[in-house]
Amino acid sequence: MIEIKDVTKTYSSGDLAFQALRGVSFTIADGEFVAIMGPSGSGKSTLMHILGALDTPTSGKYFLDGKDVSTLTDDELADIRRDKVGFVFQAFNLLPRATVLRNVMLPLVYEGIEKEERVKRAESALKAAGLDEAHFSHLSNQLSGGQIQRVAIARALVNNPTLILADEPTGNLDTKTGEIVLGTFQRLNEEQGRTIILITHEPDVAEHAERIIHIKDGLILSDSKKHTRKIINKKQ
Amino acid sequence: MTSLDILQETYIALSSNKVRTGLTMLGIVIGIGSVIAMVSIGQGAKAQIQSSIEGLGSNLLTILPGVVQPGRGLVSSGRGSAQSLKNEDATAIQQIDGIAALSPELSRRFQVSAPTGNNTNTTVNGVLPAYITVRNLTVADGNFLTDASVRSISREAVLGANVAKDLFADAEPVGKTIRVNNAIFRVVGVLTAKGGAGFSGPDDLVIVPLSTMQKVLSGVDYLSALYVSVTDKDQMNSVRDVITETLLEKHRVSEADFSIISQEDILGTLSQVVNTFTLFLASIAGISLVVGGIGIMNMMLTTVTERTKEIGLRKAIGAKSSDINTQFLVEAIMLTFIGGFVGIVLGWSIASAVTYLGIVQTQVSLSSILLAFGVSAAIGIIFGYYPARRAGKLNPIEALRYE
Ligand SMILES: Nc1ncnc2c1ncn2[C@@H]1O[C@H](COP(=O)(O)OP(=O)(O)OP(=O)(O)O)[C@@H](O)[C@H]1O
Ligand SMILES: [Mg+2]
Repeated sequence: MIEIKDVTKTYSSGDLAFQALRGVSFTIADGEFVAIMGPSGSGKSTLMHILGALDTPTSGKYFLDGKDVSTLTDDELADIRRDKVGFVFQAFNLLPRATVLRNVMLPLVYEGIEKEERVKRAESALKAAGLDEAHFSHLSNQLSGGQIQRVAIARALVNNPTLILADEPTGNLDTKTGEIVLGTFQRLNEEQGRTIILITHEPDVAEHAERIIHIKDGLILSDSKKHTRKIINKKQ
Repeated sequence: MTSLDILQETYIALSSNKVRTGLTMLGIVIGIGSVIAMVSIGQGAKAQIQSSIEGLGSNLLTILPGVVQPGRGLVSSGRGSAQSLKNEDATAIQQIDGIAALSPELSRRFQVSAPTGNNTNTTVNGVLPAYITVRNLTVADGNFLTDASVRSISREAVLGANVAKDLFADAEPVGKTIRVNNAIFRVVGVLTAKGGAGFSGPDDLVIVPLSTMQKVLSGVDYLSALYVSVTDKDQMNSVRDVITETLLEKHRVSEADFSIISQEDILGTLSQVVNTFTLFLASIAGISLVVGGIGIMNMMLTTVTERTKEIGLRKAIGAKSSDINTQFLVEAIMLTFIGGFVGIVLGWSIASAVTYLGIVQTQVSLSSILLAFGVSAAIGIIFGYYPARRAGKLNPIEALRYE
């Protein structure tokens, strides 16, 4: 359960202050599939970082599962990210010198999971994200853009997070692979009840969510449930 | 994060830029290597001095005329003070309890020649038969001087090993004659060679009866030294005090016109000199260690900056500040630890080479190795602390945005 109230975020560098979020409030229940849309620079990534306990709001409140995140220490925030959140960053951020498998296992390393278990879970996350097994031992800087994206998604899934935050996860994919990834998200949402927040500026992609929040200039424009949702049938 | 994971991360990080890692380690290698080499050479030199002094007899007191301070030479030699020791002093000291043997001596340098025509300028010692026991010497060939030779002022001589070689080469010296300052002496014995390390160099001596030395060769009646060997090593100090009192009384003076030096005094002074020297060398080596440490810090700071994005990512997926901190600290410690290990091997090799070349018998002690490991780990911790802390404190969002 996500609950934010009047959240603002001000970036200040020197004398200049820029308000990226200017009072955002909404509630997202467990198991919802939400798309956040908005033009470039509207504050989508900023919002995602706050929702993922990676950053704290300048003012306002954020309750995650009833806990006030703005009062937590750095270590407690790290625990939340480790145990509850899976990020797919806009810039992917894979470790370039590490293999695909190692990249995906990294969150489990900090969780202190046994090596064998780690490998097993990383492999199944990679398969779920649709990456071919032949690439598992490649270095991550030897992959195509689409493959990198799938590795980033696998890494977000590997710690079985209850909240998955994906920033433009299909930006680099062709329509067909994009559909596969979106199908994976839908399946995780339907079958396992995970909360999914998808950031995109493509209406086509947002169609796959059950609720769309539009933001612009750090404010919510609209927040509506979809009735004509696109479902990708993945019953192969 | 388990220790194995940390080690694996460290391995990946250090091996990803081998040249830089190697060059950074080199500073520690050289630092630790030179500390080990210097200390082992210093310890070896000290042990060598110690053993050569102990070879002279560790319960030996040397009484010299004049006031001598060990390690500084003759400090005050008032007129005639160098003649203050007389034969009667020896007789008086002989009565004191706790003295095992006593050997008065008068030594001068003379030209000594053999019938073969070989000649050499060397120290001639006039002594009593007790000399050989007091100075821990043995005769290799022939006999030493006897009481009879002293009583009869006989012209008998015992040669040190080097002198025998110089004068007679490979021929048998015993029974031959030598000429000392125009007087003819018969060689009765040759001393066993003691090796080059001795201080008064028993290998380079000609020994004659004290009476002959005083009456025939030099024509003076005083002594240049009195060696006293004390029965019990623990009583060195009390015997020394009694001798001082006896001599003061006998010379009718209130301030000593003689000096009593124990082997311990000499040992102490020389050890101090060697220690100071070793410390000096080791601190120069220590400076290079500090420079090496700064190199480590420099590299770690560069690494942290280069890997800012990676640190941000690790934090984003759940790493705590302490995880990051530990990872970078272990990286620094691993650098210095491996550097320290190679340095120990290097220092040991240098020490072995010095031993092998016969310069000094070096000693690489376990304590200096443990110290070297301790120091290199400490350098890793000290110089790795700041960069690691900086890495741990990075804000994940800012780190992720870093280009
Ligand atoms: N660390 C920062 N310091 C200063 N300004 C920032 C910082 N991060 C973001 N901003 C500003 O905040 C605004 C919102 O940025 P944000 O990254 O949230 O946009 P976005 O909606 O994700 O855009 P896009 O679709 O292009 O990714 C932008 O104008 C950006 O310049
Ligand atoms: Mg963005």
